[in-house]
Amino acid sequence: MVSLCFYFQVHQPFRMRRYSVFDIGSSHNYFDNKKNEEILKKVSSKCYLPANRIILDLISKTGGKFKVSYSITGVALEQFRLYCPEVIDSFKSLSKTGCVEFLDETYYHSLAFLYSKKEFKKQVLMHRKKIMDLFRFKPKVFRNTELIYNNELASLIHEMGYNGILAEGANHILGWRSPNFVYRPKSARIGLLLRNYMLSDDISFRFGDPNWKGYPLAAPKFASWVNKVNGNGNIINLFMDYETFGEHQWADKGIFDFLRHLPKEVLRHKDNDFVTPSQALKKYNPVAELDIPNTISWADMERDLSAWCGNKIQKEAIKHLYLLENKVLASKDRQLIEDWRKLQTSDNFYYMCTKWFNDGDVHKYFNPYDSPYDAFISLMNILNDFTIRLAIRPKKQKV
Amino acid sequence: MNVLMFGWEFPPISSGGLGTACYGLTKGLSKSDVKITFVLPYAGDMKSDFLKLVSANVKVEKIKSPLMPYMTQTEYEKIRGSQPHSIYGSTLFEEVERYTKAAAGIAKKEKFDIIHCHDWMTYGAGIEAKKMSKKPMVVHVHATEFDRTGNHSANPYIYNAEKRGMWFADSVIAVSNFTKDKVVYHYGVNPDKVHVVHNSIDFNEASDNKAPEIRQHKKIVLFLGRITLQKGPDYFLSAAKKALAIDPNILFIIAGSGDMERYVIEKAAELSISDKVLFAGFLKGDDVEKAYKMADLYIMPSVSEPFGLTALEAIKCNTPVIISKQSGVSEVVQHCLKVDFWDVDELANKILAVLRYRQLKNSLQEDASSEIKKFSWDDPAKKCIEIYNNLVGG
Repeated sequence: MVSLCFYFQVHQPFRMRRYSVFDIGSSHNYFDNKKNEEILKKVSSKCYLPANRIILDLISKTGGKFKVSYSITGVALEQFRLYCPEVIDSFKSLSKTGCVEFLDETYYHSLAFLYSKKEFKKQVLMHRKKIMDLFRFKPKVFRNTELIYNNELASLIHEMGYNGILAEGANHILGWRSPNFVYRPKSARIGLLLRNYMLSDDISFRFGDPNWKGYPLAAPKFASWVNKVNGNGNIINLFMDYETFGEHQWADKGIFDFLRHLPKEVLRHKDNDFVTPSQALKKYNPVAELDIPNTISWADMERDLSAWCGNKIQKEAIKHLYLLENKVLASKDRQLIEDWRKLQTSDNFYYMCTKWFNDGDVHKYFNPYDSPYDAFISLMNILNDFTIRLAIRPKKQKV
Repeated sequence: MNVLMFGWEFPPISSGGLGTACYGLTKGLSKSDVKITFVLPYAGDMKSDFLKLVSANVKVEKIKSPLMPYMTQTEYEKIRGSQPHSIYGSTLFEEVERYTKAAAGIAKKEKFDIIHCHDWMTYGAGIEAKKMSKKPMVVHVHATEFDRTGNHSANPYIYNAEKRGMWFADSVIAVSNFTKDKVVYHYGVNPDKVHVVHNSIDFNEASDNKAPEIRQHKKIVLFLGRITLQKGPDYFLSAAKKALAIDPNILFIIAGSGDMERYVIEKAAELSISDKVLFAGFLKGDDVEKAYKMADLYIMPSVSEPFGLTALEAIKCNTPVIISKQSGVSEVVQHCLKVDFWDVDELANKILAVLRYRQLKNSLQEDASSEIKKFSWDDPAKKCIEIYNNLVGG
């Protein structure tokens, strides 16, 4: 028996504009609304809308045997409402099939877990409420920003009432073990689902690469790889960015055809099925406990935090941002608090990563700035403006 | 392999990128199995043979001439004027032609497999040598007339000399992709024969000097280069004005000389920032390094910079740099800040950011230093040898 568990990450940050030293004190508009609208509309039409249509169709054609899960960030949902509300409608239609599970994460796709547990909890609750309001769905499984994970997070998530959590099936934590089983975190009685990065990346990274030995990848070939797991594993967790479909891998390279044909090919083998994370946890018992004291993530080769807080400028910017926490919250100024939280979105720190100067160009592709230093300068200038706003805010203003 | 090279005197006699590049490249080449006859103009006050110090593989042939790289007609007249009955040509161009003839004389008695010339004043000499010897010729483009004039009012004589050299050459070496594009676009050279060989620097730990006294009171932002249209000193001033409006505790230092010197001094007065803009004059030898070390930040706002070795020299002195995107060096250095030369708001923004945000300055210093540690003149030398081999072998 092999179950396929799809989870798609849907996220769009509020990208900062180039905020100059000359804007400090005179402009409190930090975000590039025009660019955000442009990107959101483009990705919606290239990816979210067509992919949702196909998945809705697949669920109906398979009589509900095809199942998927999503984690949609609060900032993405806000931008859908602003710029492309039909995306929300299409997720609502998916939700109504009962074959779709929504996961929780931080509303702002932030690194708050690493810097402020208090803030982290607030953002998780905000997200939970948002998903409840929009989809009448109460998530029971959690995934943290960029699959950042350690033992401590698992305990915290357990305390907050979730019964499962997602993480990267990184080699250095698994060793000889396979990611194709359900595990249990140390010191938390919840389920732990690990990403099968080989098969996930075959779709999300390598699909369109003509130099890859698996190229071209069609649904029957992928289904045969899935069948090979039969007998030495019971679940394959395919976790990836939803933008894989149509944005990172292009439609004309056949990514949508691949998706269209995959369920049929996988279900050809009667032992295979599709599950959502919650169903996986019901169906399979944990085979072992995994002790992961050091933080892991799904990023880059290192599978660590170095993409967001690996260099000096990243650490500096994050430090100054979270130093403002008490003052910002004490202000009870809704706009200030919202701006501060939008700045916490992990992408803002990813743009400051200097690793890619040496290895690979993935970061560069996703970077709206010419250079990581430009991202740092904009954010630090914004934080200077923040300090001014906090100082001049009328004292007596209440909620 | 024997190379007949027409080049320029080395620092500290000659200052500027061209002399430095000739020196670095010759040093790199002489480590391999390449023998160089290096022909250069000299004005007679040269005390020691720098080339002799380089390697036994290098033989020097001097031609008495006051020519200097990027000399203008006015500058030439000033120097020649002090020697009324001299053998030198009465105009710059006449002198270049006289130099060319003298160089041809040297070419006649030398044995070589390939000719390599550096920038337009030597192209004529290279062409003569090629005609006589039927040996392949390489021209090395360190700058074009379009760079020197900031993309307008190119001197037609110089343009023609450049174009003729590039067309006669069997291969053209450009110091950056930025320059290759110009060679192809403005001079109509077949891109297949233009090879990009980036300049480099030999990294050695800079001596650990203490920060000078002045740094304790003021933050120092440095411009170092010829004060000419090409180098963008006026953009430096405009950005200074904007940055000073926010942080008056900055001192802007302009080191160098050139035909825009008076204009820049007057402009500083007009912007009423004369008390914050100091002119250090033309710096030589150790003073150059001292200036880099004194600065908190080095700016190279060039309008059109084929390479920009000063950026690497500043980094070597552990000074963060802001360079214009219109430069060749921006193709090889990542850990620096880059701006469009005309975007003075952004330049001021970045100046203030480096001076305000300590970790930004630290990162730029450390990461750029470790970035250029990998650099060496051996790499461009290797690429030149490959180009030689392709021409001689074929």
